[in-house]
Amino acid sequence: MTDAMLAPAKTASAAAPLLKISGLEAWYGESHILHGVDFDVRPGEVVTLLGRNGAGKTTTLKSIMGIVGKRKGSARFEGKEIIGLASDRIARLGIALCPEERGIFASLSVQENLMLPPRIAASGGLTLDRIFTLFPNLKERLASGGSKLSGGEQQMLAIARILRTGAKLLMLDEPTEGLAPVIIQQIGRTIAELKQEGFTILLVEQNFRFASTVADRYFVMEHGRVIDAFANSELEANMGKLHDYLGV
Amino acid sequence: MSEPSPTAPISPHAHSGRDEKVAFVIMTALLLVAPFVIYPFFLMQALCIALFACAFNLLVGYVGLLSFGHAMFLGLASYVSAHAAKVWGLDPALAILAGVASSALLGIVTGALAIRRQGIYFAMITLALSQMIYFFCLEAPFTHGEDGIQSVPQGMLLHFIDLSNQTILYYFVLAVFLFGFLVIYRTINSPFGDILKAIRENEPRAVSLGYRADQYKLAAFVLSAALAGLAGATKAIFAQNASLTDVQFSMSGEVVLMTLLGGMGTIYGPVVGAFIVVAMQQYLGQYLGEWVTVIQGSIFVVCVLLFRRGIVGEIAGFFKRSL
Repeated sequence: MTDAMLAPAKTASAAAPLLKISGLEAWYGESHILHGVDFDVRPGEVVTLLGRNGAGKTTTLKSIMGIVGKRKGSARFEGKEIIGLASDRIARLGIALCPEERGIFASLSVQENLMLPPRIAASGGLTLDRIFTLFPNLKERLASGGSKLSGGEQQMLAIARILRTGAKLLMLDEPTEGLAPVIIQQIGRTIAELKQEGFTILLVEQNFRFASTVADRYFVMEHGRVIDAFANSELEANMGKLHDYLGV
Repeated sequence: MSEPSPTAPISPHAHSGRDEKVAFVIMTALLLVAPFVIYPFFLMQALCIALFACAFNLLVGYVGLLSFGHAMFLGLASYVSAHAAKVWGLDPALAILAGVASSALLGIVTGALAIRRQGIYFAMITLALSQMIYFFCLEAPFTHGEDGIQSVPQGMLLHFIDLSNQTILYYFVLAVFLFGFLVIYRTINSPFGDILKAIRENEPRAVSLGYRADQYKLAAFVLSAALAGLAGATKAIFAQNASLTDVQFSMSGEVVLMTLLGGMGTIYGPVVGAFIVVAMQQYLGQYLGEWVTVIQGSIFVVCVLLFRRGIVGEIAGFFKRSL
């Protein structure tokens, strides 16, 4: 089993990173949140950021997306420096964020929410048919208002709407938070299928058991820094340390 | 795109638009027969102000930008179109176009300055700019200060439609109103309109999906300014004058009142609100004089306290329809 799991990670490690973060710092007003974050994401990988509440995981995603007030350091996407770019420019380079609060527009219908994000690449995005095979519930709810969805449906819509655009790197912020186990399984299968499709995924997750079903590599964050990193195959060996880091 | 399944629950948010279309047919039918029952001059006045309120509502109701100086677009366009028709002797259609162009240009300049700020700061910047336009209109030689531009010729539209005939004039004003109304309706129900609503609701999210919010806000601002200008320019032609009333601060305030009274963020609300306010001014004004302002203020208070969604908003909410 370990050999089979290692093989794709090894081929991926040969490639240049899709996203390389080094010395990333960020502030919310006066509070210094990130104190030099370093990690990388290779093409086609699922990378998970782990850490306690307040470790800076969400802030890291927001800083990459350019929606944090002040940031410093370096974030290179396909070799291009994106710190300092406006958020809409970053989105158009091919990075999409599915935020923790989901950000469904309540005054728009499901269909309008789905069709809202701009196409940023001529190819690469999923077709609507493909999206509906991944999330059959959405097809039945197309005409409903964005505020009328259940939590699971909202999460599916939030993920679905960034799949159409052609973004290469999907950043999912706690996609399983507050959802029923059956929905969590469906989201897990979706992430696996998206990986098969060639999407690169950066996941922030509190649900460590969920993360272990989809992730290739883990980075552990604490106090605004990455303090440890290991591959999924080394998970067993690192369980002891992880329990210390996460306090679970 | 496939049809949603018939079992899907129908919510008031369902954007079928059928109710809106039925309401449009009813409104158009009423306005077509109205001049046989109601004084046409009042109707034309109300139609122009209603278009002005609809243009204002496009901005406040769908983009969430409260402009406190929208009278500058109404007033400037009315001066430009009156001047173009009277002094340059232009065809009424061209005079109106000149008015629209002037307010659109003003919209680009003021919009570019104002949309950098939000909320109360946006309102204050638009207010300050509109006061500048007011003093410009008071002092500039072509506006004739306190006198305004009087006896503007109605003229021959496209050289063969005689606008000095009251009936023809009414249907011309109605056509302009319906055109402006449909432009707004189409805008709100287009993908562009969806982006505007998304920006109103959660601007950072819309930006991080890849939209440069400022460009969309500016486009909506300029469109709103141009349509407010269309209302003002048409008003100058049918009423045969342009005066300081249309560019004054009180007009900017009244349009807020009309929109709130009728229902902010509803398509028909501003039309209803404008008809009520103009009717009060025209008919109550004869008997009560300045007291109309006091009554307007009281209605505003009642509206805010009792039916915050406005008349159309409350009706739509009660019947779970989208109007």
